[in-house]
Amino acid sequence: MQKKRFSFSKTSFIASMVFLFVPLVVLIVFSFNANKAPVLTGFSLVWYQRLFTSSRSLWNAFFTSITIAVTASITATVIGTLAAIGVHWHKFALKTYVQAITYIPLVLPEIIIGMSLLAFFSGSHFTLGGVSVNVGFRLNLGWLTIFIAHATFCLPFVYLMVLARLDEFDSSIIEAAHDLGATEGQTLLKVIIPISMPGIISGFLTSLTLSLEDFTITYFVSGVSSTLPMAVYGQMYKGGVSPVINALSAIMILGTIVLALLARNFLKYIAANG
Amino acid sequence: MKGATIGILGISKAFGSFAALNDVSLDIRKGEFFSLLGPSGCGKTTLLRIIAGFEQPDEGSVTIDGINVLPLPPNRRHANTVFQNYALFPHLSVFENVAFPLRLKNTKNSIVTAKVNDYLHLVELGDHAAKMPSMLSGGQKQRVAIARALINEPSVLLLDEPLSALDAKLRHHMLMELDAIHDKIGITFIYVTHDQSEALSVSDRIAVMYQGDVLQVGTPHDIYESPATNFVAQFIGETNMFEGTVRASMGQMYVLDVDELGRVVVTDDRIYEVGERVSLTVRPEKLRISPDEPRVNGRSDINVFEGTVDEPIYSGFQSKYYVRLSPTVVFRVFKQHSDYTDEEHDILWKERVHVSWSAKDGYIVEGHRN
Repeated sequence: MQKKRFSFSKTSFIASMVFLFVPLVVLIVFSFNANKAPVLTGFSLVWYQRLFTSSRSLWNAFFTSITIAVTASITATVIGTLAAIGVHWHKFALKTYVQAITYIPLVLPEIIIGMSLLAFFSGSHFTLGGVSVNVGFRLNLGWLTIFIAHATFCLPFVYLMVLARLDEFDSSIIEAAHDLGATEGQTLLKVIIPISMPGIISGFLTSLTLSLEDFTITYFVSGVSSTLPMAVYGQMYKGGVSPVINALSAIMILGTIVLALLARNFLKYIAANG
Repeated sequence: MKGATIGILGISKAFGSFAALNDVSLDIRKGEFFSLLGPSGCGKTTLLRIIAGFEQPDEGSVTIDGINVLPLPPNRRHANTVFQNYALFPHLSVFENVAFPLRLKNTKNSIVTAKVNDYLHLVELGDHAAKMPSMLSGGQKQRVAIARALINEPSVLLLDEPLSALDAKLRHHMLMELDAIHDKIGITFIYVTHDQSEALSVSDRIAVMYQGDVLQVGTPHDIYESPATNFVAQFIGETNMFEGTVRASMGQMYVLDVDELGRVVVTDDRIYEVGERVSLTVRPEKLRISPDEPRVNGRSDINVFEGTVDEPIYSGFQSKYYVRLSPTVVFRVFKQHSDYTDEEHDILWKERVHVSWSAKDGYIVEGHRN
């Protein structure tokens, strides 16, 4: 028999899988632990029970996060999609500058975005030649400011994903639609939006994830409101994460896996059908 | 006959400092298969896009059946386009691609089904209605694009190099099918191509374009046999071109003194003055090549030259020879392989041969300054 050879690709594949998933498995296992300490002592659903019966503030934070994630993602998706379509198909002055500037939020440290948004929402102003110039809006920090901040930082992701999709298509498709009798509106609804759909869906899902997990930017603009990452951080700050968080995380991991599979099947369906 | 007449009058179009079309005028007849032929950058596609409505000319007018269409957007013109890269909608099935124009008009479902099936049948794609465009071959995609462009029953079909993405055999097959579809539905076809053999084999008339100008409009026969300019002569098919001076005329027979070559006779029914500089073209397939001196039986209308084979090229159905007649003059000669008439042996490299042609097979190109 031939001796099995060392395979670099196989080994690195296994190693990366272990690094990726072992922490998740540990978290799920400990969510069923009977003990609060990080020592496995027995199976229990106590943390799940506590999650559903006596974790009001955690659930509040969770629902705030979900609401903001959904609304901010929809907003970012609509604006980002239309922006991508506009920039892709229309020629206008400063187009190259607009394209260059949309990359900036992706590479800017979150702490800078957070600080600048906070300055913006505090209604910053300066005096120039005796005249006071407002450079922001005075808004009470809370739900609305988090929503605006999240929609803002998700926008470039949607924009770039839709743009990448549109780049795959020749403009002759749009000309063909016009040629065959479609008005501008019909072309948008029956051709451009449908062919951009994989990009729009990926952008929306990415936005959901980014919004749900964001801590840094949210921290600057949240005021008294609390999102889930902030609630978890708050608990840690007060003396350790309760295994209730493990239980919530396990449920969210399950939800994410379901969502990811749905998205994958959807994208596969789109790919198979053009 | 169905179809429309198209009038193109004084169309000029520039992109920045590049003049794509210079004062182009054409009259395209009802139901005609009309080709715009020229090398890339000659303005043929720009002209097609102006007729379709994707570009606006700087000057001039375009009429379809006498009505000025320049103010109309593409969706309001009775002209549909078949695009070079097919431009099928990737998210719609073959059926829905073809049905697209009907769906826009909220046509009743039963009518849509019947009509789409008719047109899919016309392009022989009846069995592929449910497939997505990504599952089709290039030739099938092109058929879908044709069916989709025809379903609105346009009076003009604009074809922008529709076959250039297909391989040679399929291209020829699709060309014959396009010709058959044209015969069947009888509307006006405007066909843009850079391939002279495509244009010659299917067109009723051809406009040869070069650098934004129309050099010649005529039937394939006119364009091949009587090219209006040196460019047309050289672009359509292969040819041998010479410059020379008219030395004498005897009725319709002219004696030319061709530079670097000598005395050549040619017949032409137009009038040339003795001393006039002219261009002469002789097609390679009209030349006879033989190792022995041809027997001319005293005829004065046969040109005979002796030379050396520089390069014999075997290409299956024929052989091509480059024959050097003088230090600077090389003739291209095509010889069909029809052995029963040839008592001679194969012609070899460096062999001394005779090249001969009849005066009526030469042609004086008028616009030789071009």
